[in-house]
Amino acid sequence: MLSEIVAQYTSEPTGYGAELTPGNFLARDAAKQFDSLSFDLPNAENPIDFLNTYTDVKSDNDNLIKLAHGTTTLAFKYAGGVVVAVDSRATQGSVIASQSVKKVIEINPYLLGTMAGGAADCFFWERELGRRCRLYELRNKERISVAAASKLLANMVYSYKGMGLSMGTMVSGWDKTGPNLFYVDNDGTRLKGNLFSVGSGATFAYGVLDTGYDHEMNKADAIDLGKRSIYHATHRDAYSGGYVRIYHINKEGWEFISLTDVDELHWQYADESRNRGA
Amino acid sequence: MECLMGLVGKDFVITVTDTMAIRSITVLKHDEDKTRELNPHTLISYCGEAGDTTNFAEYVQKNVKLYGIRNNIELTPGATANFVRRELADSLRTRSAYQVNLLVSGYDHKKGPCLYWIDHLSALAQVPFAAHGYCAYYCISLMDRHYHPDISLDEAMGLIRQCLEELHRRFIINMPRFVAKVVDKDGIRVIDL
Repeated sequence: MLSEIVAQYTSEPTGYGAELTPGNFLARDAAKQFDSLSFDLPNAENPIDFLNTYTDVKSDNDNLIKLAHGTTTLAFKYAGGVVVAVDSRATQGSVIASQSVKKVIEINPYLLGTMAGGAADCFFWERELGRRCRLYELRNKERISVAAASKLLANMVYSYKGMGLSMGTMVSGWDKTGPNLFYVDNDGTRLKGNLFSVGSGATFAYGVLDTGYDHEMNKADAIDLGKRSIYHATHRDAYSGGYVRIYHINKEGWEFISLTDVDELHWQYADESRNRGA
Repeated sequence: MECLMGLVGKDFVITVTDTMAIRSITVLKHDEDKTRELNPHTLISYCGEAGDTTNFAEYVQKNVKLYGIRNNIELTPGATANFVRRELADSLRTRSAYQVNLLVSGYDHKKGPCLYWIDHLSALAQVPFAAHGYCAYYCISLMDRHYHPDISLDEAMGLIRQCLEELHRRFIINMPRFVAKVVDKDGIRVIDL
């Protein structure tokens, strides 16, 4: 008797108090039911301390759960749209774990996310972002703006601030207002901008990118600039390497451009500078 | 590392903020606006922990806007400052306190222009001029030296420029761009430095 009364005034995480029966199930908004995400945390006072007891911070073992820490990713807006370029190396401490990581996440046909920091964190939260963007689309019968999508992501990670998430991402896409680019990271920072680079190789990429950047350049030049910037970052940053993956965004949505081995680029650029000298 | 300044004049308040968004050793952005307009005559500028700053500022902004809509009268700058302080003070005793420093500048139609200094420990003070961050070490003395209560807008802008010149001369951090905003009886506007 008492439990019935209590149940009336208690709400589940989904916001629904009453139990699920075939009758009231149909009356529910399916979208709303899956609206709030229940993400389990360790049942401890401080999740970070909890994690530290299970991962020895002094040894390199903690890297096992932090894949893809070293990275170079970049994205920039220009007259023709947005160029997104990333490397493909994942490291665990001083070991190269993979040379073929896909650090661009295709959220939907109009939105791209990049991956730097913890691979799992980036992948999980950007996948979750994709789900929420789809729900937004179904509810409002219109595509979500890049600003709104990036804010969803920022708000999600901000609510886990200080609990050890690690991600530095760029959300880019095309919406009603044209090309858009936002930087979102695990401390909840969200910045709108024209040009960002994230990861351990970012400083090297910035050097090439800032000097070669021109808003009015054509598509081929823009793609080449992105490719060159990532190449030069992989050349100097030991934690970046593998392949350069390029995407381009225009009003039709994103388009995959190329996947090039940095070794190939190295000799190609070496030839070019030799020919220029001759 | 960030820089916020404010100064109350005869019938106006000026706030000056730097425009850099920094993470680690990289400047991510050169034109970030570190202010939010709460209502037509109240402006907050903020600095501190990344993420907390914009989140807290927007939280306050939305609440003050909501108050205006609900009650059909805008919150005065003084009331706003006390509201902000209370929100900060409440969060201070939680595990995830907002680490945000703020300046609330506003024009009260009865009391005139005013400036409130609030730090991340939710200390609140009404002051004639104020600064947050390292720039306080350089600029406060300069303002002590040249400030007087019925300072004109031109004179105040001159003083602000002197402060920025001093920052450029002595402060190790390169802050190439600042934004100045004026609040007076006509509302909030950006003013050229």
